[in-house]
Amino acid sequence: MSLGWRVMVAPLVLALLVLSVAPALAQDADGAEALQGRINDPDREPIAGVEVLVVDDDGVEVGLGVTDEEGQWFVPLPGPGSYTATLVEESLPPDVGLRDPDRASLDVDVRSEQQRSVGFALGEERGPGATALSRLPQSLLNGVKFGLLIAMTAIGLSLIFGTTGLINFAHGELVTLGAIVAYFLNVAGPQLPIIAALAIATAVGGLVGAGLERGLWRPLRDRRTGLIQMLVISIGLTLVLRHIMLIVFGGASRTYSGYAVQAPIEMLGVRVTPRDLTVMLFSVAVLLGVAYLLQRTRLGKAMRAVADNRDLAESSGIDVKRIILVVWILGGALAALGGVLLGIVENVNYMMGFRLLLLMFAGVILGGLGTAFGAAVGSLVVGIVTEVSTIWLTSELKDVWALLVLILVLLFRPQGILGIKERIG
Amino acid sequence: MDPAAILANALRAALGPSAAAYALLAIGLNFHFGYTGLLNFGQVGFMLLGAYGVAITVTVFGGSLWLGLLVSLLLAVALALLLGAPTLRLRADYLAITTIAAAEILRFTFRASPSRDLTGGVFGLSGFAAEFNALNPYTSGIQIGFLAYNERQLWVLTVGWTLVALAVLLTYLLARSPWGRALKAIREDEDAARSLGKNVFGYKMQSLVLGGVIGALGGVVFALNLQSVHPDTFLPLLTFYFYTILILGGAATVLGPVAGSIVFWFLMAGMDATLRQAGAAGYMPDWFGADALGAVRFLVVGIGLMLLMIFRPQGMFGDRRELALNVR
Repeated sequence: MSLGWRVMVAPLVLALLVLSVAPALAQDADGAEALQGRINDPDREPIAGVEVLVVDDDGVEVGLGVTDEEGQWFVPLPGPGSYTATLVEESLPPDVGLRDPDRASLDVDVRSEQQRSVGFALGEERGPGATALSRLPQSLLNGVKFGLLIAMTAIGLSLIFGTTGLINFAHGELVTLGAIVAYFLNVAGPQLPIIAALAIATAVGGLVGAGLERGLWRPLRDRRTGLIQMLVISIGLTLVLRHIMLIVFGGASRTYSGYAVQAPIEMLGVRVTPRDLTVMLFSVAVLLGVAYLLQRTRLGKAMRAVADNRDLAESSGIDVKRIILVVWILGGALAALGGVLLGIVENVNYMMGFRLLLLMFAGVILGGLGTAFGAAVGSLVVGIVTEVSTIWLTSELKDVWALLVLILVLLFRPQGILGIKERIG
Repeated sequence: MDPAAILANALRAALGPSAAAYALLAIGLNFHFGYTGLLNFGQVGFMLLGAYGVAITVTVFGGSLWLGLLVSLLLAVALALLLGAPTLRLRADYLAITTIAAAEILRFTFRASPSRDLTGGVFGLSGFAAEFNALNPYTSGIQIGFLAYNERQLWVLTVGWTLVALAVLLTYLLARSPWGRALKAIREDEDAARSLGKNVFGYKMQSLVLGGVIGALGGVVFALNLQSVHPDTFLPLLTFYFYTILILGGAATVLGPVAGSIVFWFLMAGMDATLRQAGAAGYMPDWFGADALGAVRFLVVGIGLMLLMIFRPQGMFGDRRELALNVR
């Protein structure tokens, strides 16, 4: 099959596959979606005349809710989707403020037919500095949790770059793919337990990775397509994959069945749900497994050899094509697995992979592009930076710090904190 | 289904203000990617600064439109210098990652609640176009065949396409100048250019600044057309629209970005109108709602970008030899 044929047919096949399952998720266009809430003062008495402004994803105003004598407000929505509800602080009585000033604007995802409640807690402002130290352990834990997931997905990105030179912008979409496949298996389709859904989604991720390598990237390399061209092609692929998933999955955020809400257990001064603890331990186990694979097995050594110096590896008898295929399978599977785990601890939506992609870049460059170990360490740092920053600074900006770290590292130590200095200019 | 209405929609968009704004952004990108080989994936960041520069100067500080324009352009210069300093010495793909990260940093920062006094946060800013509207010399709209624009659109169109024409002229002059040849030499072989005594870093920086400033102008036109700015308009996806436009028309050609923008908008608007009409006429399955309609547009852009890059990287008018780009 020629390359052109494949490129044109593959999205069609994917789209057809998708269209055959999409009606399962069909959304009622004219449902009765709404946002509502009740605003009480710190003494739990309702306040009238408080305004809540609702805007949609594009920042277009949907409606302004004003609380009645019962403190109730209600804003009908045009349809399911993501909205931002903002408490208009000027409309509050003078002696009342938000308990957490960072929570004046809340992003909510509304499903079809859902009338979602949005809460704004009023009371005395909580001083951010006073409790900073006491919040540190909890933030560190959250950061490690998030960092482990970034690490799992970033290893594949880094190995693919190391072995082929390609910066795979579509790597984030493999993350989303894993989460969404698991969602279909766990919630929409056969309602498998999440463990089974996770295993199958991981396998699907590996298969898709292999499919991309065999169907797209290897033929392109055989045609001697330039790396910059391949980079732009990977962006085209990102758009294709992401929007197929948007069509199938819709724009809303969803959760897996079960485990969505759990009572946290307290230990050593931090609160963690059994679900998150399991995910963290499992992630550590997976990362250790990958480390063992890379360090101790023949296959892993071959992967590192190809990443280190492709020509030298080839001339010493390593089957480079096969190793690259294995790297894609491993990378795709790890990305999908990370996606499912992220979906378990947060939620599933079609943009989750892209958000993670930029953090993966930050982690990979921080650790040194092309190495697996560096990617893992860098990702952990990125996860911790994002979460710990929320102690002092608004959580809306937490990704910004990670991206700033990325730029600063490039400025002062472009080979990364663990990378070996070489000429990359 | 009404083919005439679809064609009218498509033509209106192809010659409309958005097409002019996108053409400017693609022309800026042409300096980066086409002539110099810089992989700027954050062009939308320059667009954001252009749009917000005018909006903030006028609404928050009560300055004039002209001052706003100046602020926009200065902000674009500053961003280019900030981005270029750490990355232009590194390999091309590092610039790609840094620029996309920088554009996202800008968007996150502009939409965050602490910046609300300045940027309007998630609500954005509006009401900054009054002075621009007051300058409008047209008193009535225009109707040529089924092409119709009202007087305001006509004014934005005039300004937008005039700026495009000036930018094209600038491209034409610069591409033939010694400066333009130096850029191409750097794109083709950086080491060779360096060994001939060219200050590669300096040339790259000049190209980044120039393309960024033209991109910011595109942002200004975009904002004046909509008369409001919202941070979440400026998603990284837009940059890839500009890449598609540039590659469609032909990178490193003078008229490529303009032709690309016109054809791009013609196809996009035509497809949108067709799908909408098909939906209204009941030809589409029930689940194909608004979400899906928006997604199909991006899906087609993605497939188009891939196919172009694989089979015709020189686009409609380009020269294939001009695009022997590679990471060095």
